Amino acid sequence: MTKILVIAEHLDGKLNPSTARAVSAAAAVKPEAIDVLVLADNADAIAAEAAKIEGVTRVLTANRTENAHALAAVLAPQVAKAAAGYSHVFAPSTTFGKDLGPRVAALLGVPQVSDVMTVEGSHTFKRPVYAGNAIVTVEADPALPVVATIRTASWPAAAIGANSAPVEALGLDVALPSHTRFVELKQGKSDRPDLQSASKVVSGGRGVGSKENFEIIYKFADRIGAAVGASRAAVDAGYVPNEMQVGQTGKIIAPELYMAIGISGAIQHLTGIKDAGTIVAINKDAEAPIFEVADIGLVGDLFKIIPELESAL
Amino acid sequence: MKILVGYKRVVDYNVRIQVKPDGTGVVTEGVKLSANPFDDIALEEALRLREKGVAEEVVIVGIGPADLTAHLRNGLAMGANRAIHVTTAEAIQPLTAARTFLKLVEKEQPGLVILGKQAIDDDANQTGQMLAALWDRPQATFASKVEIAEGKATVTREVDAGLETIEAELPAVITTDLRLNEPRFIKLPDIMKAKSKPIEVIEFASLGVEAGGHLKTTHYAAPPKRSKGVMVNDAAELVATLKQKGLL
Ligand SMILES: Cc1cc2nc3c(=O)[nH]c(=O)nc-3n(C[C@H](O)[C@H](O)[C@H](O)COP(=O)(O)OP(=O)(O)OC[C@H]3O[C@@H](n4cnc5c(N)ncnc54)[C@H](O)[C@@H]3O)c2cc1C
Ligand SMILES: Nc1ncnc2c1ncn2[C@@H]1O[C@H](COP(=O)(O)O)[C@@H](O)[C@H]1O
Repeated sequence: MTKILVIAEHLDGKLNPSTARAVSAAAAVKPEAIDVLVLADNADAIAAEAAKIEGVTRVLTANRTENAHALAAVLAPQVAKAAAGYSHVFAPSTTFGKDLGPRVAALLGVPQVSDVMTVEGSHTFKRPVYAGNAIVTVEADPALPVVATIRTASWPAAAIGANSAPVEALGLDVALPSHTRFVELKQGKSDRPDLQSASKVVSGGRGVGSKENFEIIYKFADRIGAAVGASRAAVDAGYVPNEMQVGQTGKIIAPELYMAIGISGAIQHLTGIKDAGTIVAINKDAEAPIFEVADIGLVGDLFKIIPELESAL
Repeated sequence: MKILVGYKRVVDYNVRIQVKPDGTGVVTEGVKLSANPFDDIALEEALRLREKGVAEEVVIVGIGPADLTAHLRNGLAMGANRAIHVTTAEAIQPLTAARTFLKLVEKEQPGLVILGKQAIDDDANQTGQMLAALWDRPQATFASKVEIAEGKATVTREVDAGLETIEAELPAVITTDLRLNEPRFIKLPDIMKAKSKPIEVIEFASLGVEAGGHLKTTHYAAPPKRSKGVMVNDAAELVATLKQKGLL
């Protein structure tokens, strides 16, 4: 029987939108049941949100003080235990899921399918390798549970609102390690749309030149209601914090509109934006590789063009 | 303390990958191979810990075919004390790599294992987490800062929300992110010196690594191409085009 356990991602008492995307991928397997597992110190509000996701059969909660922070070493033994009776365990391919999924898989003694892009069958999936320059079809052993992370940019979020799945508390009797401890989380606070789920993203690269200059990217993004991203070079140079990095080793995103400003278009950056609806490139170098993938290109100096864009809006 | 470092050889990150027309793989003939960038960062971090006096010995590990020797010599030239070469003709998957590392951990008893967060060929991002699970030890993935003191590692991790700091009792597994450090360049005299450093060759089959749990890769395809775009002449035309598409 095909039954899928989806691990909910949450922070500060709120469900992360990546969870509903993982539910979409689970639905594509056409299982008999999709249960969402919420591991938290106070799971109720998060579970209530998860119960509204279309396609969810049940929401299971594991309430423990040890679950106050998402430490993989603490969560994995609980997930491995909760996985009994399920044919698949899915988690979003965010830093949360990437940290946790392989630890769960190893405890279950099975491989993991990372970054599922499409579901071809209950045990057959497509996933990217070589920074997205090749797509492989992989088959998992049907005799074993499948552990997979879901490439969120490849899946729409399942609708939220129409469902009211029952919520059940799980008594997971597992000893948890104390060898790993949470110290702190420094979050970039921003009122701008969330980079991973925004429909519009404006990104700046090394061409922006400085932290101070990045203000013009923020200002323009705010004018059009976009989230702000960056290339690795911009993060490395200290213009912006790390959580804004887009690309192979940053965030993989799929906004309807992506504007790359002062970004050359290295393969590793393009990996992060392949699924964007429309890519706009603004670069003073007409030969920049970003123009090979851009739907709309404009050659010129960003410091001249951005003010002109603002007045043309 | 001894530090074990994962040192995988992969297709160089600058190579434009070509998928073979018959879908059996990617073209690797005549393609430049290099150390996985995250593994150079792992090695650099281990060397810095040795230079600080936190560790005494840095051992690099490569699991792969017989011709891995030159690659391991590069890691030795960078500064590793010695290398372990687990020989296997077949490409191994993360679960098998983790099981192999576990065997070496049992043998070597390191205080720390540093691996890359992902190998840029399979992009799996699994081996470190799997090793930590099998070893029943802490994991600190995606590290951008590492401090070792009083038997524990304090690690800052690059997570989606920002920067998370955790404490992990040693022994532990750390996986590296790009901003952890900038690897040093290899100097010519070091290449000469590396020639006399030991490489221990271990036959994969002799380790008794648990078999099973493989994914079968049945097909390789090139990613869908984006269609050729248009160039606009000025800001006004760009705004007009975006408005027309309903994007602004
Ligand atoms: C293993 C690995 C992983 C990586 N992961 C990532 C990743 O996740 N994300 C990522 O982005 N990179 C990643 N990189 C780095 C990547 O290879 C590039 O170095 C990086 O993307 C370059 O950033 P950039 O385009 O901002 O800078 P550059 O390549 O320096 O480009 C700057 C561009 O700005 C233009 N410019 C300059 N001034 C102006 C102006 N006034 N007006 C208009 N245009 C201007 C220039 O013409 C140039 O094209 C990774 C690299 C490695 C090895
Ligand atoms: N064959 C191998 N030889 C040496 N190290 C490896 C090997 N496979 C994986 N690793 C280590 O595990 C990390 C993560 O790999 P992966 O899980 O495949 O993305 C790599 O950066 C290496 O440090």
